[in-house]
Amino acid sequence: MKHTISVLVENTFGAFDRVATMFSARGFNIHSISIGETEQSDISRMTIVTSGDKQVIDQIVKQLNRLLDTIKVTELTGRAITERELALITVTFQKGSLEEIKNITDVFRGKIVDINNKSLMIEVTGPPRKIDAIINVLMPFGIKEMARSGTVALSRGEQIRPKNEYKK
Amino acid sequence: MTKKKKMLTGADIFFESLREEGVEKVFGYPGGATIKIYEKLYDIDFLEHILTRHEQGATHAADGYARVTGKVGVVLVTSGPGATNTVTGIANAYLDSIPMVIFTGQVPTSLIGNDAFQEADIVGITRPITKHNFIVRDVKELASTIKKAFYIASTGRPGPVLIDMPKDMIAAECEYEYPEKVEIRGYKPTVKGHKNQIKKAAKMIREAKRPLLYVGGGVVMSNASKELTEFAHKNNIPVTNTLLGLGTFPGTDPQFLGMLGMHGTYYANQAVNNCDVLIAVGARFDDRVTGTTETFAADAYKIHIDIDPSVIDKNVLVDLPIVGDAKGILEELLKELSDKPSQKDWWTQIEGWKKDCPLEYKRPDDQLRTQYVIERISEKTNGDAIVVSDVGQHQMWVAQYYKFNHPRSHVSSGGLGTMGFSVPAAVGVAFANLNRPIVSISGDGGFQMNMQELITAFYHNLPIKFFIMNNCFLGMVRQWQELFHEKKYSFTDLCDSNPIFTNIGTALGIESFSIYKPEDVDDILDKVFAINDRPVLVEFKVSKEDLVFPMVPAGSSISDMIHKRLKPKGDIL
Repeated sequence: MKHTISVLVENTFGAFDRVATMFSARGFNIHSISIGETEQSDISRMTIVTSGDKQVIDQIVKQLNRLLDTIKVTELTGRAITERELALITVTFQKGSLEEIKNITDVFRGKIVDINNKSLMIEVTGPPRKIDAIINVLMPFGIKEMARSGTVALSRGEQIRPKNEYKK
Repeated sequence: MTKKKKMLTGADIFFESLREEGVEKVFGYPGGATIKIYEKLYDIDFLEHILTRHEQGATHAADGYARVTGKVGVVLVTSGPGATNTVTGIANAYLDSIPMVIFTGQVPTSLIGNDAFQEADIVGITRPITKHNFIVRDVKELASTIKKAFYIASTGRPGPVLIDMPKDMIAAECEYEYPEKVEIRGYKPTVKGHKNQIKKAAKMIREAKRPLLYVGGGVVMSNASKELTEFAHKNNIPVTNTLLGLGTFPGTDPQFLGMLGMHGTYYANQAVNNCDVLIAVGARFDDRVTGTTETFAADAYKIHIDIDPSVIDKNVLVDLPIVGDAKGILEELLKELSDKPSQKDWWTQIEGWKKDCPLEYKRPDDQLRTQYVIERISEKTNGDAIVVSDVGQHQMWVAQYYKFNHPRSHVSSGGLGTMGFSVPAAVGVAFANLNRPIVSISGDGGFQMNMQELITAFYHNLPIKFFIMNNCFLGMVRQWQELFHEKKYSFTDLCDSNPIFTNIGTALGIESFSIYKPEDVDDILDKVFAINDRPVLVEFKVSKEDLVFPMVPAGSSISDMIHKRLKPKGDIL
């Protein structure tokens, strides 16, 4: 089963490498890994999609915590989260297939961001399953190139009204 | 009060920081990238630098020094090959959780990544084998990096920390102030055990009919040997040790069951399989201990005390984890428990196993046996020596037959199993100046891997007994070949290629002896243990094809022990 783990790491030289090294040294899977700055410039957030049984995931979380560059490790599986991935997909088209490709892009709320007389580039975002789906649908037309960003994810906020609002 | 700030070079800061950390010994080897540090070292008198003959030797020496003193071992080497030569020593310290700080020189920052002369990405190389590592990219960060490194190496579950210092950082100047505190937001080891967990553990131990303490190196690190011994005595619980745990509980104590696991005693392994509450303290359920994990203490309620949360449930799922420092947790448990139940049935059972299958080997014998030599050493030194073993058959026999009375006395490469560890580690042990006999025991194979450090021992007149158990074989591999690989002794026979060991010793100025008769053992031991101002070397020509028993074949259940040769050759047991 796939699991999404969110890791806040020091935005320093080598923090990413430490995490990646730990995964490969201990034989854990990585399906995708993405990293970028957070609202605090000295902290980066890594979103790691991995797989394994409960004991494996438990070990991954513990081994991540053991690294000195990790500040917080959160296993997101089973929580209310928003997961997104971005993909750029270049598809070749023949006479007549352009309209169909445009329709598919619309259905997936994608955008055509580049076009020439042989191919076009589609930008699409969404949960990883949606990206998988559009790729499947576009496959028959001929995917020339593709880049996926890997998943980014955050827990959704709790729906609680701030206390001080009542006081007003 | 704030300290006065002064302008110093990186090299000065290096030494000032070591002074602040109370470092007394540095094991190292100079080179181009560290030349400025060695220039300063020329005038430094508050610490001693020990020149080894190889950087691996320096690393093992610092490791040995750290194991017996509990202090952080310090290594100083140059860039490139100097740094890569420390890799085995660092991995060794990492797997056995030994506190060390390794300083490596690096090419100047402007050349990093250029494949410059003597450049190696040592930070990248050592990432998976250090607790943490640093490269100093600004001289202003040098002091705080050193402070952090010593803090990280010595706290929580200890381990090696490496600091890579580019040559220009060693030369650059900045204002120096040694930080008083360390703050690392991603590193907050849990020291104090959870109260409720301890209470629960106490309840389980109180209700136990057949409790067993399984004690590892964590108790050594935590200096909790006294608490452990008291806890075991007051609650009448038998104790078994891992290889690295030996010495935490007196080897001659009637409650001691010896080592468990692959070459553990029959009675220790039986106790594991039959106990109803297993209390693991500072041990990590290593595969050499558990055999197949499914059957390991299968019916027991398992309590696991360890400072590193990641070892909990890693190999064996436990019922009750207590994360924290063993010393404090054992103190808390002692407050809860000390009513000394008799556990009569349990002890009767254990005594039965001890009688059924004691540790034994053929004696008397016309052949000299390593087991016999080690038993005699144990007797002659009253279990008070520091024994530095190498890796292989003799290492297991040391674990079985030397009765360790004190913690920090059995120095051995447990996790990594590094042949060539003993000679340099013994050199490091000797620099701890503990006024106790130091015995380095190697096989003929491992001895040749780092025998260059005999020179260091000779130069400093270190009172080490270098004992070589020469069976003309890489004995442990030969044992596996005999038992599991159709007796194909592929490249394990050293008979025709071994050097004359006494000649090697003599060439280096070390008095050297060789014996092969059992009746000469006592005399030679009396002779060499009377020498306390210099190293001596003794080659024991031991029987060639001896096997370490009992043995649990790798991946088997520890109840499937082999006690003797499957097809008896007539001379063993």
